[in-house]
Amino acid sequence: MLNYIIKRIGIAIPTLLILIAVTFYLMHAAPGGPFTSEKPLPPQVLANIEAKYGLDQPIWRQMTTYLWGILTEFDFGPSYKYHSRTVNEIIGQGFPITLKYGFWSFIVAIGVGIPLGAIAAIRKNTWVDYFAVGVSIGAQVLPNFVLAPLLIIVFTLWLGWLPGGGWHGGDWEYLVMPVIALSTSYMASIARITRSSMLEVLNANYIRTARAKGLPTKTIFFRHVFKPSLLPVISYLGPAFVGLITGSVLIDIFFSTGGMGYFFVNAAFNRDYAVMMGITILVGALTILFSLIADLLYAWIDPKIRY
Amino acid sequence: MSFLEVNNLNVEFNTADGIVRAVNNVNFSLEEGKILAIVGESGSGKSQTVFAMMGLLDQNGRATGSVKFEDQEILNLSISELNLIRSEKIAMIFQDPMTSLNPYMKISEQMAEVLIHHKGLSKTDAINQSISMLDAVQIPEAKNLIRMYPHEFSGGMRQRVMIAMSLLCNPKLLIADEPTTALDVTVQAQIMHLLSDIQKEFGTSIILITHDLGVVAGNSDDTLVMYGGQVMEIAETELIYARPTHPYTQGLISAVPRLDDNAEKLKTIQGNPPDAMLDPVGCPFSPRCKFSKDICSNQTPELLEAGENKHFRACHVAFEELL
Repeated sequence: MLNYIIKRIGIAIPTLLILIAVTFYLMHAAPGGPFTSEKPLPPQVLANIEAKYGLDQPIWRQMTTYLWGILTEFDFGPSYKYHSRTVNEIIGQGFPITLKYGFWSFIVAIGVGIPLGAIAAIRKNTWVDYFAVGVSIGAQVLPNFVLAPLLIIVFTLWLGWLPGGGWHGGDWEYLVMPVIALSTSYMASIARITRSSMLEVLNANYIRTARAKGLPTKTIFFRHVFKPSLLPVISYLGPAFVGLITGSVLIDIFFSTGGMGYFFVNAAFNRDYAVMMGITILVGALTILFSLIADLLYAWIDPKIRY
Repeated sequence: MSFLEVNNLNVEFNTADGIVRAVNNVNFSLEEGKILAIVGESGSGKSQTVFAMMGLLDQNGRATGSVKFEDQEILNLSISELNLIRSEKIAMIFQDPMTSLNPYMKISEQMAEVLIHHKGLSKTDAINQSISMLDAVQIPEAKNLIRMYPHEFSGGMRQRVMIAMSLLCNPKLLIADEPTTALDVTVQAQIMHLLSDIQKEFGTSIILITHDLGVVAGNSDDTLVMYGGQVMEIAETELIYARPTHPYTQGLISAVPRLDDNAEKLKTIQGNPPDAMLDPVGCPFSPRCKFSKDICSNQTPELLEAGENKHFRACHVAFEELL
């Protein structure tokens, strides 16, 4: 097991390096640069600025300088747009916000999605099932750029219960709507995956054996059905968790939460190379970490998988 | 008091294409301590007959008629009433030991939960009793092996585990649904020996479901032949072999390849099993029967005593004509 973990971490390093190299190249291949604007700067000024940030160097050189900075000082470079701010500061400001509403969205998505899917599977082809399936299809087709303004209209403008935006350190009333808007579609996917995998488990021969053994229905459900039903859910949750905690630009825009999603998209528009790279590396590292965690959870449930 | 008495058992399934009649008016009885073999090809309704008895039909299935176990009606009991009978009085093992054990739980957990639930034992006691039961079905080093998962066992070993698990509460009746079908031939013989040892040692009555007449011979007291959801013939196993009185049974027996026969081709019964969607009019075997008469396709033959020794057959054609 430990060997496996070490091996996976060993593989993670070249994976990240490839991710960095490809992103670095693609970013620079896109037309324009951080200092391109509608009113062009005088060429001499532009050349001076580019020299200051090292953009006049060949690309491999820029990349090695960048990597060296990360390895020696954990320095992800300065932002090219927000003067006098470093990438570390920007991520340090945006990521905790994203992490907070993303984490709660994750809790809500599994807390509602798994029971909803399970109830639908147990009461298959009854109105409970149709209702649960209806809810999850509805939740899945409703995009969050529709759901977010709808929530604001209802809870802020009509009912006046919740503030329409802002963060305020993540007080609960500022958290409710972003969490609902972000978690809904994840909740729906989790419910549908849970339902279909649980239906498969309920039809398995070993469940018939459990019934023939004369075990009470509750015991059968919690001892025999529940754990195997979660296997496909776990493979979905690894990447989903990363998606949730690294945020959504739509949530940040609609609710003015100030999370990382907003910075990421802005950085892409502005060719703010260092911010883009920084966030890409963070998301990449988290993805690798959580797929490892998902794989370990998988092995914990399924004894046939041993590392 | 009769041990097991099945009367007019019918099983239907509601499917998207209509009602499927899997079992039609099945009658049989079993004496305590005996082994009854139920024989028939796939789809003859033999498994659904016993699933109905155990309340294990799929959700769209419905059973009518009567199944009396020790004079208690057990057909269509509620789940909590059934759970007092399952394992404790009637236990069951299944065709495919690969998929019939929970792959995500250790053998110890799967066995112990039976005793914990039915006998109220502590976990330690339950595991110790499970180990001695595994010893009894000749699993070597049961003490260590019980901590393993099903996939770490071979097919034959898994079926032994299934058998041990079914015997934990010392049931009076063991239903074995094709227990050897998924196993290779040498292991088949071992499992059959084990089952008949159990019958002798514990006095457990056994219903043995199989499509393999080779398994039936020498391993059962009585044999019931099913076709198209109906009983074709029932008698002592020796009589079924020595003097089969139904064209279908005759066909089955002659289809068993023999070493002393130099025939080039294997013998088969011409035609296909009936469509269970259609209303059963007449004898289900009549379309494939070479003795078929007009009456056979119009009127369902009754199961009547044919000669001595409780030999019953459902056939319009007189026995003498079949010779």
